[in-house]
Amino acid sequence: MLTTLLLVPIVTAIALLLGFGNRSWAKASALVQLALTLFVWSGYDQTLGGYQFVSASEPLFAGLDLRFSLGVDGLSLLLLLLTGLVTVAAVWMSPKIEKRANLFDGSVLLISAGAAGAFLAKDAFFMYAFHELALIPTFLLIGYWGSGERQNVAWKVTIFLAVGSIVLLAGLVDLYLAIPAALRSFDLQKLQEVAAQHLIPATAQVRPWLLLTAGFGILISLFPFHSWAAPAYASAPTPVAMLHSGVLKKFGLYGIIRLVVPFLPEAFKQPVWGNCTAQDLLLGLLLCNILYIGLVTIAQRKLDYVIGYSSVMHMGYVFLGIASMNLIGLSGACLLMFSHGLSVAALFAVSGAIREREGSLNFERLGGAAKAVPYLAICFALATFASIGLPGFSNFASETLVFFGGFQNGASTFLKTATILALWGVVISAVYMLRAYKAVFLGEKTTAAAKWTDLDGSARFALAALPLALLLAGFFPQYFLGYLKPTLEAALR
Amino acid sequence: MFAPITLEILVLVLGFALLLAESFSNAPSKRALPKIALFVLAWVFAFSFFTAPAPDTVEPGSFWNFYSASPISMMFKRIALLTTMGVLVMSLDYESTLAKFIPSSRPGAGTGEFYILPLFTCAGLMLMASATDLVMAFAALELVTISFYVQVAYMRSNSASLEAGIKYLILGALSTGFFVYGLTWVFGLTGETHFDKVALKLAALENSDTAILFALLLVLVGLGFKVAAVPFQSWVPDVYQGAPTPVTAFLSVGSKAAGFLLLLRVLEPFLGVSSIQPKVLAVLGTMAGATLIYGNLAALPQNNLKRLLAYSSIGHAGYLLLAVASVGATVTGFGAVGTTIGFYLFAYLLMTVLGFLVLTAVSTQTKGEEIQHFNGLSKRSPFLAFALLVAMSSLAGVPLTAGFYGKFLVFAHAVNAQLWVLVGLGVVTVGAGFYYYLRVVAAMYWYEPTDTAPIHVSSLSKAVMALLVVCIFVFGVNPRPILSALQGAPAKVAAAH
Repeated sequence: MLTTLLLVPIVTAIALLLGFGNRSWAKASALVQLALTLFVWSGYDQTLGGYQFVSASEPLFAGLDLRFSLGVDGLSLLLLLLTGLVTVAAVWMSPKIEKRANLFDGSVLLISAGAAGAFLAKDAFFMYAFHELALIPTFLLIGYWGSGERQNVAWKVTIFLAVGSIVLLAGLVDLYLAIPAALRSFDLQKLQEVAAQHLIPATAQVRPWLLLTAGFGILISLFPFHSWAAPAYASAPTPVAMLHSGVLKKFGLYGIIRLVVPFLPEAFKQPVWGNCTAQDLLLGLLLCNILYIGLVTIAQRKLDYVIGYSSVMHMGYVFLGIASMNLIGLSGACLLMFSHGLSVAALFAVSGAIREREGSLNFERLGGAAKAVPYLAICFALATFASIGLPGFSNFASETLVFFGGFQNGASTFLKTATILALWGVVISAVYMLRAYKAVFLGEKTTAAAKWTDLDGSARFALAALPLALLLAGFFPQYFLGYLKPTLEAALR
Repeated sequence: MFAPITLEILVLVLGFALLLAESFSNAPSKRALPKIALFVLAWVFAFSFFTAPAPDTVEPGSFWNFYSASPISMMFKRIALLTTMGVLVMSLDYESTLAKFIPSSRPGAGTGEFYILPLFTCAGLMLMASATDLVMAFAALELVTISFYVQVAYMRSNSASLEAGIKYLILGALSTGFFVYGLTWVFGLTGETHFDKVALKLAALENSDTAILFALLLVLVGLGFKVAAVPFQSWVPDVYQGAPTPVTAFLSVGSKAAGFLLLLRVLEPFLGVSSIQPKVLAVLGTMAGATLIYGNLAALPQNNLKRLLAYSSIGHAGYLLLAVASVGATVTGFGAVGTTIGFYLFAYLLMTVLGFLVLTAVSTQTKGEEIQHFNGLSKRSPFLAFALLVAMSSLAGVPLTAGFYGKFLVFAHAVNAQLWVLVGLGVVTVGAGFYYYLRVVAAMYWYEPTDTAPIHVSSLSKAVMALLVVCIFVFGVNPRPILSALQGAPAKVAAAH
């Protein structure tokens, strides 16, 4: 089942790259991927929890528990659903490609397949490997079909991600070697049980913690490793920006929750520099993400940069939920990964659609778009409200949980202070998102906008699915949290 | 079941038979020679799976004392055979360029040996893989090197090829001198030439650390040249660029594989001397770090793809040396360092041969080896562009390709040995590697071609390329077949710890 789910986009992508088919193949593949995801979701027994639909190969190394194995639990299921929804929207919202359309669509599917593979893998090695499946397609897509300084940006993002991955690899091996020899494994399910025994001495946890946080941090655009992210999203073609900021970036957070939280909980309380603990370090960095990048976002004059930087900023909240290291905070972080993925993908979808019509996303050249393209405007408004954290959207539910997590019993003074400071980020994001909405959609219609056509046909459904899912999860967060709870409890054991 | 030595004998006999046939034949086209050679080598490769396993211990004083058929030796023999086959396929594509630089009254005259000499190199590589005796190792190494001297300088009216030949000859002879001098020191210290006995004697020696270190230093100079380790790398760029492309590929894979296998074998006795082990590892670590930095950073500004691959070859020697420098740490689940190096070299074989195949095909038609000659290749020939994309991704170390497993194992060993400075350098050089390998990809996919004529590739080359692409992915997901072939039985190198 899961193998099929993984193979559908890969096989379609290969067929497209070999020159067969056209965009309708990519659309079909995305739909099948989403349908299979929903099928797995419905087949997953939530009362049982843990990994299900497990399949595993023989060990690939003599003497090393490394297998090609797939499986899903509540957390990976949620992110798989995110992947499915965003992929469908991304394929439908892809701009019209004149030259080598198949290469474009195939590469987009490969990015989606890489993300899906990373979430499906039940083996830490393949979780890592699949994530990088997206690297080369991204390089090709941004460099050839991107806008603005596309080639410089393509280089920057590729080298950032490559270096991040290799730091991550060193951290992965270091963590593996910190586990007593008899229990070593790459299997995430076994690792969960091993982690619960707390066998790594507290002082030995710091180095792998630093390596893994730096490695994942580069992929997530944690301050000060964030500089690649906003230009990359701004330059990337619409589906790439949607998949990268919406889905792929969540891989790093997923990895932290899978590996860092269960194995290295003591590291958070260990000093890394003088009296500064690892938790303090993380809090300091995430505050930079929220407040500093928040202010940077306000200063942007182009829609794509506003969304790009806002995406970097929101990663700070997820990190805040993780830094609190309790069930409430982590649940909030996980739900926020899902919610942010959907909302930012919707925002990039609309901004990409406007770029396709106008050719520029400069605020000076835009205005009154709500009259010209009301459907896009409504979708953008919904995603904007979600992104700000308006009640009713799941972003609100998750951010609330994150903030509650920061005030749990036993929270350090700095954690509480950081949470209070982070609350101001909500104000900041309201400022820049509403200003952006006003600049683009409100006011008098520009002359160019008069000629625009609104989104039509099936693309409307593909795009609307994103804010609808946000509303659904916003009204029934308990349903989704129920899926997350067993995984997170196991991680915190 | 065959005795393993049959394989080498077959290759040598094939070489001599073809040489004779060539000298008595009047046929203007020499294309039959490499085709026959390919056919026979394929059979020899198949035979290699049906050889009788050699006994672990050989009677002292018996004739076969110098010869080992351990799994790792057999694996390196196969690497040698596959590389040679790849090189022969490339030489077929290279025919037109070659003929241009061999002035002669009749077309094709004087090109025959070009297809036959690789067979002798191959035999030398295979013998070296099995050598367990210093003299045997040296003789095999010279068979390889001397046949390379001729091949590098083969295009006799091309000044670049001649320049490469002279450089390779002089530096090669010099390094051989160092190597032999080192061997005589080893012999002088121990009175033995068999590796196992040398190891026993060296470990028993007292108060001779300086002499042992001196011997090791001389050997390292000699082998450092063969594997292109800094500071003995200066010949690589010019020789790689000047030599005929198939020979460059052969040098890059064959010479490196043989050099590393020999390095592991020779190091083993020295590492057994506990009093000097930290010093030996420090020297190796320094060489690894310098090689990583030099190879990868110097590759950044290169515009000639052959030259770029030469620097990348130095860079890969750095990763391999990084694994060698980790040899002192306790073994973990990642297997012995010898296995890692074997796998890395196998992956390197796949991706380098693939890269050079595409380079040969493109450069014969675009008349150039600069990166700009690959501009827009994805439009002219999507298949070639994709093949080169796979080769470059694998060389850069993108996961799910064979090249990544090699890097993963190397980094795993280095982290295990706590070589944090070298791991840090490795992170930087991998980043650099992504830049210079992907420059080729960018040229192929981002830019427009200046000439849109499709590039013709023979169906044999196409089939080989497709096979290599598939192998890179298959072994990138499941490296088990290669690893278990290397680990088959407790290999000699595995005992280094």
